[in-house]
Amino acid sequence: MSAAWPQVGAIARRSLVRTARQPALVIPPLVFPVALMAVNAAGLDSSTDLPGFPTDSFLAFALAVPFIQGALFSTMNAGSELARDVQTGFVNRLALTALRDWALLSGQLAGVVALGVVQALFYLAVGVAAGVEFESGPAGVVVLLVFSALVALSFGLLGAFLAYRTGSGETIQALFPVLFVFLFISSMNAPRDLIGIDWFRIAATLNPVSYMIECVRSLIIEGWDAQALALGFGSVLVLGLVSLPLASRALRTRMTRT
Amino acid sequence: MERANGIEVQGLVREYRKGPRAVDGIDLAVAPGEIYGFLGPNGAGKSTTVHVLTTLLPPTAGTARVGGYDVVKEGPKVRSLIGVALQEAALDPLLTGRDHLRLQATLQGVPKRQRADRAEELLHRVGLADAADRKVSGYSGGMKRRLDLALALVHAPRILFLDEPTTGLDPQSRTALWEEVALLRREDRVTVFLTTQYLEEADVLADRVGIIDQGRIVAEGTPAALKAEIGRPSVHAIPRRDEDRPRIADFLARFGEPLATTRDVAVRLRDGLGLTDIVRAVDADGVDVVDLELRAPTLDDVFLAKTGRTLEGAAEEAEAEHHQQRGA
Repeated sequence: MSAAWPQVGAIARRSLVRTARQPALVIPPLVFPVALMAVNAAGLDSSTDLPGFPTDSFLAFALAVPFIQGALFSTMNAGSELARDVQTGFVNRLALTALRDWALLSGQLAGVVALGVVQALFYLAVGVAAGVEFESGPAGVVVLLVFSALVALSFGLLGAFLAYRTGSGETIQALFPVLFVFLFISSMNAPRDLIGIDWFRIAATLNPVSYMIECVRSLIIEGWDAQALALGFGSVLVLGLVSLPLASRALRTRMTRT
Repeated sequence: MERANGIEVQGLVREYRKGPRAVDGIDLAVAPGEIYGFLGPNGAGKSTTVHVLTTLLPPTAGTARVGGYDVVKEGPKVRSLIGVALQEAALDPLLTGRDHLRLQATLQGVPKRQRADRAEELLHRVGLADAADRKVSGYSGGMKRRLDLALALVHAPRILFLDEPTTGLDPQSRTALWEEVALLRREDRVTVFLTTQYLEEADVLADRVGIIDQGRIVAEGTPAALKAEIGRPSVHAIPRRDEDRPRIADFLARFGEPLATTRDVAVRLRDGLGLTDIVRAVDADGVDVVDLELRAPTLDDVFLAKTGRTLEGAAEEAEAEHHQQRGA
């Protein structure tokens, strides 16, 4: 087991180095979610006048979205990177070493999680710079970072599963709009109980992304909301627990060796 | 104990789903410290054999032991003994040469304090010290092949698999790689299993050659012994005018068995005949040729004698078949 940790570190380092050397993988996940948040905050600010809206700052309300949107970006990027390794034969190179399957998966995910935390710190800094106050205080920021790491991990596992299952970067990219549908049909722009259209409200209620956004949102605008935290962490853990065996099996199949 | 560096294969078969038998019951044995050349055209089964021997593919039937370990039952032990440079170099274009070597050294379990030194040593050995900190995307084909070889050597393997290591390289890079492989065998006693579609490569490098065609080994032995098996030299004539080919073919047929060639007209000489006999007859009959050449048997002649096709022709056939399958 101890011999595997340097392997995890080496794979994680490669993942980070590759990402750092491709500005196209770093900048869009930082800039686009923040830009979308700024546009939404400007256009939907009057929503805060609705009776029952939980805050008078739409920016504080919308700040939760980049955390999840950024995770979706990095999931797709990580998935595409892994698929590329399959396509180029780099996975065969790795398979010929003493690398353990779980060490490869862990290393790749460590890189994704590290990037996810960096993104979360950036969104956090943008929010603070824009005057958003954290109702849950410094401890809430720590919980938010832990949650962001878990979101990156769970979505990273999903990306790894898709990458190893399909072995095609193009397929992964084609799934990007599907994940965005989950984001848009959620409570990203309005609290669920204020969504007037029935089917939209039902879809948002069934959509686990809503609970992830509401978990982050609760820490920012409400303080400590046990139910929102439980649903958010629960959704992420379920996604992770479902994706983990799928990703592991897909990796084993892909990294064929006797 | 020495035996532990060898390769033993018996009745090896590998079938692909909905595909042909890529490897069709081959037997071979490679002695420790030997360079074994596995020669054949594209699609003959060379790379599939390498994938099985390096544990990347399970065989459909048969057994294979590498370094004394069974490739199916003892995959991790086999991998710890071998270094592999596959046909597609599969390098990461965003990493530098040094990044690659450090990653590979870590994954192969080289102790931390030795990794940097080992990387440096190998970079110098393959002549990449000056390019060590450049991204691989800027490397030439020859540099990538040399880096691939260095990566295969990171953990000082006792057995080295090189799958068409010089395909696509310029002559200078090819010669440099041959020298490195020869050095590995001479100084480190590394056993080398080398696949190639180049006759010259097998002839120059290999102690013994196995010729594979359509998944079967059709001939095996030292290059000299294989060529001696063919025995008689061939005579090749280039007609001055293309329309003279049939007449020259009839003329040469008096001296031996016709050979299937594309560029010239050729016969394998009958025993007791030499070039002088033909030159005299050319003069006497007034046959008009641009060039007349006596050639000692080559490995291509061995391939031709065993399969009825030249290596070049077999490669073209394989390519045509591949296109047909893709088109179907």
